[in-house]
Amino acid sequence: MSDQNAKSILLNPIFTDNPVALQILGICSALAVTTSLDTTLVMCVALTVVTACSSFCIALVRKHIPSSIRIIVQMTIIASLVIVVDQVLQAYAYATAKQLSVFVGLIITNCIVMGRAEAFAMNNPPGMSFLDGIGNGLGYSVVLIFVGVVRELLGSGSLLGFEVFKLIENGGWYQGNGLLLLPPSAFFIIAMFIWLLRNWKKDQVEKPDFTLAPQSEAHTH
Amino acid sequence: MKAIRDLLDKVEPHFEKGGKLEKYYALFEVFDTFLYSPSSVTHTGSHVRDGVDLKRVMITVWLAVFPAMFYGMYNLGFHANTAMAQMGVASVAGWHGWIIELLAGYDANSVWDCFWHGAAYFLPIYITTFLAGIFWEIVFAIKRGHEVNEGFFVTSILFALIVPPDIPLWQVVLGISFGVVIGKEVFGGTGKNFLNPALTGRAFLFFAYPAQMSGDAVWTAIDGFSGATPLGLAALGGVDSIVDAYGNAITWSDAFFGSIQGSIGETSTVAILIGMAILLITKIASWRIIAGVMIGMVATSLLFNMGASEGGNPMMAMPPHWHFVLGGFAFGMVFMATDPVSASMTDTGKWFFGALIGFMVVLIRVINPAFPEGMMLAILFANLFAPMIDHFVMQANIKRRLARNV
Repeated sequence: MSDQNAKSILLNPIFTDNPVALQILGICSALAVTTSLDTTLVMCVALTVVTACSSFCIALVRKHIPSSIRIIVQMTIIASLVIVVDQVLQAYAYATAKQLSVFVGLIITNCIVMGRAEAFAMNNPPGMSFLDGIGNGLGYSVVLIFVGVVRELLGSGSLLGFEVFKLIENGGWYQGNGLLLLPPSAFFIIAMFIWLLRNWKKDQVEKPDFTLAPQSEAHTH
Repeated sequence: MKAIRDLLDKVEPHFEKGGKLEKYYALFEVFDTFLYSPSSVTHTGSHVRDGVDLKRVMITVWLAVFPAMFYGMYNLGFHANTAMAQMGVASVAGWHGWIIELLAGYDANSVWDCFWHGAAYFLPIYITTFLAGIFWEIVFAIKRGHEVNEGFFVTSILFALIVPPDIPLWQVVLGISFGVVIGKEVFGGTGKNFLNPALTGRAFLFFAYPAQMSGDAVWTAIDGFSGATPLGLAALGGVDSIVDAYGNAITWSDAFFGSIQGSIGETSTVAILIGMAILLITKIASWRIIAGVMIGMVATSLLFNMGASEGGNPMMAMPPHWHFVLGGFAFGMVFMATDPVSASMTDTGKWFFGALIGFMVVLIRVINPAFPEGMMLAILFANLFAPMIDHFVMQANIKRRLARNV
């Protein structure tokens, strides 16, 4: 781990080792907050900050945490940071915080945060852990922004609240796609993101469990 | 026929390995095997010897849908023409009207006028479905280097028959694309999909564009005409309150023979039963699944009937024979639930699979106020459980045989 350079720690999680697309972590919040792009962006920033700061703090005290209670200690640090983020959001972006409702609080249970603390911050110095947290936050953000753009643009014809496609209800031509406003649509969109990503980076494709024996020889009629 | 065979043989070398059109072998194969049985045979271990290959199976299903389709076209036109006479509309605007007037008029009493009116709406939907779907099939077939599977024949006609007549064609394209790509091809193509692709496409449209897929205005292909489906009315006031858009009561036999509004292919139970007879005689559809669906539906609705009370939910009191003829129940049971790919594979499992559909459809119709019809969701739900049902059946079998041999 220590021979990794800062650049690869920061940039690898974005596409090569994406926490959502490759490790399939943090799906829950990706479904819940991506209906519109502004909540998506706020959530991305919140998660990136929490992951980076918690990784940093946990890495600081990593040598003093007894292994048997490490999860509790990590949780305490993460929960404190989430409360700080939540309070800041309520103070400066109240409307968005209201829309995000419990999902800011639920960053505590986001697998990405815990996963980075456990997998990286416990074995690496604070600086690197901080970069790793930022990198994974960015990886999460890339997926969420992709999903958020697709859902808001095709679902309600706007981006960040600005009208892009004029809806039929408002006298325009675009028929909003109601399915994209429902949480399950994020499953398809994340899956399509993974599809695109694996077309680009073929090494992420899993090996097939088995292959069928060919059924017939040369096709003659 | 010989001439076609000769022509196909003549161009075939171009499509074989090394030929200049090698990449488009899939396309060639579509035409060749649509017209002639392929003579290729399996070379691996165990296999079933049967003259009926997948292609014949699919084409038989395709033909079995024809009674429902032809009746559906007539019925669509009949309702449209009746509504026009009622509303005082003389002709249909736009290209639909142009097609209709080419060969027929707008007389609701003339079978031909009604049929042609229906065809002018149904055929564009079907052709669009077919072209959009076959496009994706060929794209994936060429990309993966396999042959285009004729399962799509069935998918396309079923999809076209379960949409409302009024649906815009661009939604048809989106729906079938979603059904074929997300419902089937991403899992590896025909035989590997765990959901029925036609229903997946419809479910997509149902949630994406509820205004065009449900409600009162979409079931008759005339703008501005509003008439609730019988199932929607039954949900409000019970089966006695079902009237057509002109205030005439709809009887059980109306619903059975199909002179009601609805998605194109699902209105006539009798036409669907003809299709069912074809499928059962040729042993293509599993009688166990059909029986399972019936048993599940009858048992569940009788159970609800017992709990029905005055002034309560009127759907509670709906007897099984009404459940049978209204909505997509019969169509789904015969043509969708029996899809051999997405249903359970084991014989015992088929009973449970069918019963689960029958149970769920009544449950959704009766309990859920948001969805008057539940057949689509019930079948998709059971599709998800099919592999698990098979798993338990097989485990039980393994246990039983182990116990016997101790």
